[in-house]
Amino acid sequence: MKLGRAARIVALCALAAIGCVGALVAWLNLRGEDVVRPRAAGTSSPDATLLARGEYLTRAGDCLGCHTERGGRPYAGGRGIETPFGTVYSSNLTPDPRTGLGAWSADAFWRALHRGRSMNGRLLYPAFPYPNYTHVGRDDADAMFAYLQSLAPVEQPNRAHALRFPFDTQVAVAVWRALYFRPASYAVDAQRSAEWNRGAYLVEGLGHCNACHSARNALGATVGTLDLQGGLIPVQNWYAPSLASPLEAGVAAWPRSEVVRLLKTGVAANGFVMGPMSEVVGNSTQHLSDADAAAMATYLQSLATPPESDNDARARTAVAPSERGATLYHDHCVACHGEQGQGVPGAYPALAGGRAATMRSPANLVHVVLEGGFPPTTAGNPRPFGMPPFATRLSDADVAELLSFVRESWGNRAPAVSALEVSRARDASAR
Amino acid sequence: MTREPAARRVAAALVLMTATTMSLAAAPFEDTVAQRVLACTGCHGPQGRAAPDGYYPRIAGKPAGYLYNQLLNFRDGRRPYLLMSRLLAPLGDAYLEEIAAHFAALDLPYAPPAAAAPSDAQRALAVRLVTEGDASRHMPACAACHGTALTGTAPSVPGLLGLPRDYLNAQLGAWREGKRRAQSPDCMSQVARALAPEEIAAIGSWLATQPVPAGAKPAAAFATTPPLECGGVAPAGAAAR
Repeated sequence: MKLGRAARIVALCALAAIGCVGALVAWLNLRGEDVVRPRAAGTSSPDATLLARGEYLTRAGDCLGCHTERGGRPYAGGRGIETPFGTVYSSNLTPDPRTGLGAWSADAFWRALHRGRSMNGRLLYPAFPYPNYTHVGRDDADAMFAYLQSLAPVEQPNRAHALRFPFDTQVAVAVWRALYFRPASYAVDAQRSAEWNRGAYLVEGLGHCNACHSARNALGATVGTLDLQGGLIPVQNWYAPSLASPLEAGVAAWPRSEVVRLLKTGVAANGFVMGPMSEVVGNSTQHLSDADAAAMATYLQSLATPPESDNDARARTAVAPSERGATLYHDHCVACHGEQGQGVPGAYPALAGGRAATMRSPANLVHVVLEGGFPPTTAGNPRPFGMPPFATRLSDADVAELLSFVRESWGNRAPAVSALEVSRARDASAR
Repeated sequence: MTREPAARRVAAALVLMTATTMSLAAAPFEDTVAQRVLACTGCHGPQGRAAPDGYYPRIAGKPAGYLYNQLLNFRDGRRPYLLMSRLLAPLGDAYLEEIAAHFAALDLPYAPPAAAAPSDAQRALAVRLVTEGDASRHMPACAACHGTALTGTAPSVPGLLGLPRDYLNAQLGAWREGKRRAQSPDCMSQVARALAPEEIAAIGSWLATQPVPAGAKPAAAFATTPPLECGGVAPAGAAAR
């Protein structure tokens, strides 16, 4: 009987503990929320200036990128975002009353952006980057909402997410949010210029740069919204390089005009964008005003250079590139990238000394060789030069030999690439 | 007479220099549409011509509107081929229209139609690859796994005879492009990726014209140890265990 009583006490304590944790999680998720006022009936149509500003901000947030299916109606949702936990499908942002945001109010939109809760109260998955968007100001959010409400409604029901248990439950989202999400506002740094602060506001909030340019932990959380130390994009296996490291995509040493040029056109003297960033420039940053692009550049150029701990790429001793690699380079690459890996300015990137070629992670090189690619069509570069795909022509071993040759020639000292790394990338790119 | 070797060396050097200059001069950089679309011609042939295997259809001289529509269809996912979809994803309508017009305007002679039976050269190439492979590329002979009679090997290796050429070409092409896969290590994919398109064409047309022996059955076991490790195939002798 004693044992039974002890067991009952243990059970009661356990229940109480679970209750406390549950209450804490709930409190961490919901505290400080304002009442969401419903949509006012018969509101007057907003003026053109507000709509133009909303459109501009919506582009700066690259909402289109996720909320449009390939070939689908803009902002009608349905694109699958693959994550290590399953696929999250983006929602319909057009003002269709039944399937889109037609019944939403500005308060509800603000709560979604700022707190990651839907109109119906459900906790949203952070594949929607509200850990970043929470820093967007209320005025900006209202302008974006007004713009989205001005779109032609598209009737397209949202697709249910395909997530594995337990990630498909609201409890899992609540726990994740309790651990990693706090609603916040952009904190102005009074020591810095207004321009720098504008840049930081865009990078941290709407730009959601760190959604890719930061490493994620086992539960998919980033270190902080201004951590831009680079990370492998889950599932896609593109490496979003560090925006601080001079060995990767740090731009502290670039002329500021070149940073602006990269953001607005997709190409610069010492860099170009490919893969997921091609989409970002095409959908979003090319539309930034000169002032905002310059502000973003100012902020990115101010990022502190990380300690030189990851300089192993430079410290490596030279190795003799393989003959097979040299032959492959000569057969397939030399016509555009040149005998000395010098490239052609504005058209084909230099591989000799180019950071895209020498970065420690070879992931992007492998992607580009297998899949080819173009920088985006932009107003400043309407007819980009392209790179052919080699997936159907080169074996994993050949790609490895070829890239190792590139990484070990013309003074490059980057680690070799293995056939296994190529094989993994091939698997990822077949998705 | 003593100067002859030196003269020869000079001549050889001159030839080499000329050759190098020519290979470089073959594709000097030009700011043209043709230069911009090397990403297309890499597969579709230098001037948008069909490869002998037909996997990358000729695009030269097709109507501009048709080509433009296909570019849109690939980019927007109506024609499902990931490689094309990804490649075109960042490109705008106006540029795609220009690319289509460029290829439509190319006026190039058509290759003669492929003969149903293999040519002598194709036959020789196919027989060599099927029976000997190519040691310089570590490519095993087809017969090493599919049996000396090419009728397969029990329990997991299929025969190669009695199949139409189009099927053989399509399967080898699918292996090569990763559309057809098997358990890792995927030996057939390794082999197909090492084959050049014209080799696939030769093997396909030669195999398709070989008679199937009467009462053909898969060989009971490998004649020798299989040259590659294959995920879906038990090693020699393992089947008995």
